Amino acid sequence: MLFKISLSNIRKSIKDYAVYFFTLIIGVAVFYVFNAIETQTAFMAVTEDKREIIDVLTKAISAVSVFVAIVLGLLIVYASRFLMKRRNKEFALYMMLGMSKWRISALLLCETVIIGVGSLVVGLLIGVGLSQVMSAVVANLFEADMTNYKFMVSNASIVKTILYFGIMYIVVMLRSGFVISKCRLITLMNSGKRSEKIAMKNPWVCMIVFLLSAAVLGYAYYMVGWNQADLDEEKIVIAIAMGAVSTFFIFWSVAGMLLRVVMSAKGVYHHGLNSFTFRQISSKVNTTVASMTVICLMLFLTICTLSTAFVIRNSMNSQVEEYFPVDFCMEAENQDDNNDPLYTDIDDCFGDDKESLYNLMGDHHKFHIYTDADLTFVKSLGDKYEELKKEIPEVGWLEYRLRMVKLSDYNALMKLFGRKSIDLAENEYAVCATYNTIVNVYNKLLPKNNEITAFGNTLVPKYKKCIDSFVCPTGMADSFDTIIVPDSVINESGAGGEIIVGNYKASDKKGIESAEKALKEIWQKKMYGRESSIRGMHCLDTRQEAADNAIGVSALVTFLGLYIGFVFLVSCGAILALKELSESADSIPRYTMLRKLGVEESEITKSVFRQSGIFFLLPLLLACLHAYFGMRLGKFVLDMLVSGSFIKPMFFTAAVVVLIYGGYFLLTFLGSKAIVKEQK
Amino acid sequence: MSLLKLEHVEKYYGNKSSLTKAVNDISFSVDKGEFTAIMGASGSGKTTLLNCISTIDRVTAGSIVLGDTDITKLKGKELNKFRREKLGFIFQDFNLMDTLTAYENIALALSIQKCSAKDIDKAVKNVAEQLGITEVLGKYPYQMSGGQKQRVASARAIVTDPSLVLADEPTGALDSKSAKMLLERFNYLNHEKDATIIMVTHDSFTASYASRVIFIKDGKIFNEINRGGDSRKQFFDKIIDVVTLLGGDMSDAL
Repeated sequence: MLFKISLSNIRKSIKDYAVYFFTLIIGVAVFYVFNAIETQTAFMAVTEDKREIIDVLTKAISAVSVFVAIVLGLLIVYASRFLMKRRNKEFALYMMLGMSKWRISALLLCETVIIGVGSLVVGLLIGVGLSQVMSAVVANLFEADMTNYKFMVSNASIVKTILYFGIMYIVVMLRSGFVISKCRLITLMNSGKRSEKIAMKNPWVCMIVFLLSAAVLGYAYYMVGWNQADLDEEKIVIAIAMGAVSTFFIFWSVAGMLLRVVMSAKGVYHHGLNSFTFRQISSKVNTTVASMTVICLMLFLTICTLSTAFVIRNSMNSQVEEYFPVDFCMEAENQDDNNDPLYTDIDDCFGDDKESLYNLMGDHHKFHIYTDADLTFVKSLGDKYEELKKEIPEVGWLEYRLRMVKLSDYNALMKLFGRKSIDLAENEYAVCATYNTIVNVYNKLLPKNNEITAFGNTLVPKYKKCIDSFVCPTGMADSFDTIIVPDSVINESGAGGEIIVGNYKASDKKGIESAEKALKEIWQKKMYGRESSIRGMHCLDTRQEAADNAIGVSALVTFLGLYIGFVFLVSCGAILALKELSESADSIPRYTMLRKLGVEESEITKSVFRQSGIFFLLPLLLACLHAYFGMRLGKFVLDMLVSGSFIKPMFFTAAVVVLIYGGYFLLTFLGSKAIVKEQK
Repeated sequence: MSLLKLEHVEKYYGNKSSLTKAVNDISFSVDKGEFTAIMGASGSGKTTLLNCISTIDRVTAGSIVLGDTDITKLKGKELNKFRREKLGFIFQDFNLMDTLTAYENIALALSIQKCSAKDIDKAVKNVAEQLGITEVLGKYPYQMSGGQKQRVASARAIVTDPSLVLADEPTGALDSKSAKMLLERFNYLNHEKDATIIMVTHDSFTASYASRVIFIKDGKIFNEINRGGDSRKQFFDKIIDVVTLLGGDMSDAL
């Protein structure tokens, strides 16, 4: 009997439940798909490096899953509480008929079980289907072989999904049981009589609050957008707190002001259904200031997460090509007790393996790095130090011996890299770097004709700008400054570490792979053995490694970004949709009356569209504004990691947001339209 | 000259096995400037009849002609246009928008006809004065008394200058003092503004304000009386006589 009642209850309120159910299904499916990546990728034949990256990815996803579960759990609790409130009258009727609170709780339990099991089954089915697509995406990303592919179901992920969602549903059941046991019949019965009081806020108070919060928000924007150098963790937290609080008050005051503004334009306000539409919107915004704030902040986080992820992904993929134009780069540098460089002969390090090593190499160039104890970063700035420190605060943290290369070495390298060579007169020098901050320092310094003294020779800059280049490829735009000086200036006593940069002899994929393996073996054997006896540093970077790394990092950020973004967007959409749909259901009598007054159906549809549109647009607009300034900070932080434009990533982000958030908007609009449609 | 003409109007509910003839062959006509009351017990079909006239419901057979249009033939957009421009509604439960002020409620009827803001302002203030609600224009429905709400609803009904005002139990939710005040306003609108009003009621006192009363029983016209030169008191006694004649059905409605 209970089961029958609950089933018919669900069927009856299907319009209210549809969005909730739909969201649960998406939640379950997304949760399964991301947690199934581990199983889905287990079969793939990939290199050891990539396997490691995949392991990191799955570990990260399972850590983020806990966070995602908390967000989804809060959403489910919120939604169920919301749906329960709408049924207070029904519960009151049961109680009046003499049903005990236990029975009502049991009824609710029954409903939650039906919905829970239903959403889990449907969600998992969809999830299993989608995860096959996901496999293909992952395989493509990691260039894995798909020939062994077969349809796969991840039992571990199913168990995990059921466990996590089971806990959420149990929390919901306990909560609703608790609420029912505490409620009183009289409050339930009166709950239907909504107080239709329209609290018009004092417009002046609204105006002042609005201006105040706009000012606070502006200051927070300034802190993260322009004054980044001054930021520490504490200040970032303060800026975020300021942003959150002012967001709340902006919604609070806009709810009051929006209507006033529209009302003052009499021609607009008393045109068609405008007065009705704006009243509806303002009462909705008025009662949902808190949720609007949460939604706005979540959207902000989503936009930032997604665009950061896409920015990193985008630049990772293009950077390797640009910043690792050769196959390998090996460097060895012996150091004294102060970590200052000593003369190093890299060939010495290889000993009897030298021959086999050189046999692997094709075009290559070997060269020394020179340093002069009297030529350090700070000394080279001379009297401009204080001035530069004010403009670029990072200058204060930097101090090291400037690394110099001979002009002939530099030009040989550029030939190898396929970049432009340069000419220098006997008293000239040039600087190359790719790390943005350093580039900025030199772009400010060089136009002032800054003189440096290397090995007793005074040199003037040839170019007014820092050359966008490097001598040691890393795969990223993170190379510090290297000073290029004429060969005659160099004093051999300044020679320090030695570097070999070049390509393998082999040029086909297989040959490169085996050459790389052999190279690494020798490197490992010789260099790690050396470590204990000689003080110094050594490193080997290869293009293959850089590329794998880039794929790994971009896969990691893309997956995590999409995972979090997806869940956040779905949560935001679901909350707004629930609110809007229930509001429409409550407003049915109003629409019936409008029809009696002879309002056209198209006008009513237009009004419904505007209501849902503005309701969805308000938090998104503010979130976009937040995101714009947030991303200024993001750009600053990511400076070292990425290069390239933010336009394409923003476009991708917008596409994801429009797809999911827009989807919920469309669902809401169509749902509302159906709800307010004339009942015949 | 007759403004509204009903000919053999029928409205059936249900199916063949259990047919309810809510309106069973009713014909009458209403002249311009007439104040007509339709009386009957609950279930006599008076509200169904009003719903048919107001195009909220469709007739099963017969024709209803207002001016020179047969409104039973109207569809979709024409229907909406007709309701907007030719009819004014007054309901028992006021049916005001709870989110709008009195002013905005009245203005809404004009703004959906796409009147300019200036004309709206003038018309609303004018009608508010006639109905004595100028001081409540800025209030919301929940801040007003029942009588005030019904007068606002009446103002909304007549502000568009409709050919026909339809009132469904307008005094049903009012105390006797408010009811009297409202009906006096109806009389004023009828006499001074030449408004044509059809009012459905089961209350003899309310009906006695009309110039003519049509009695309905079981979906048919039972009787019809005209006020003529009688005073309201005399007319009230006549109505009571008919109600007594109608029998026990109506006695509970006194």
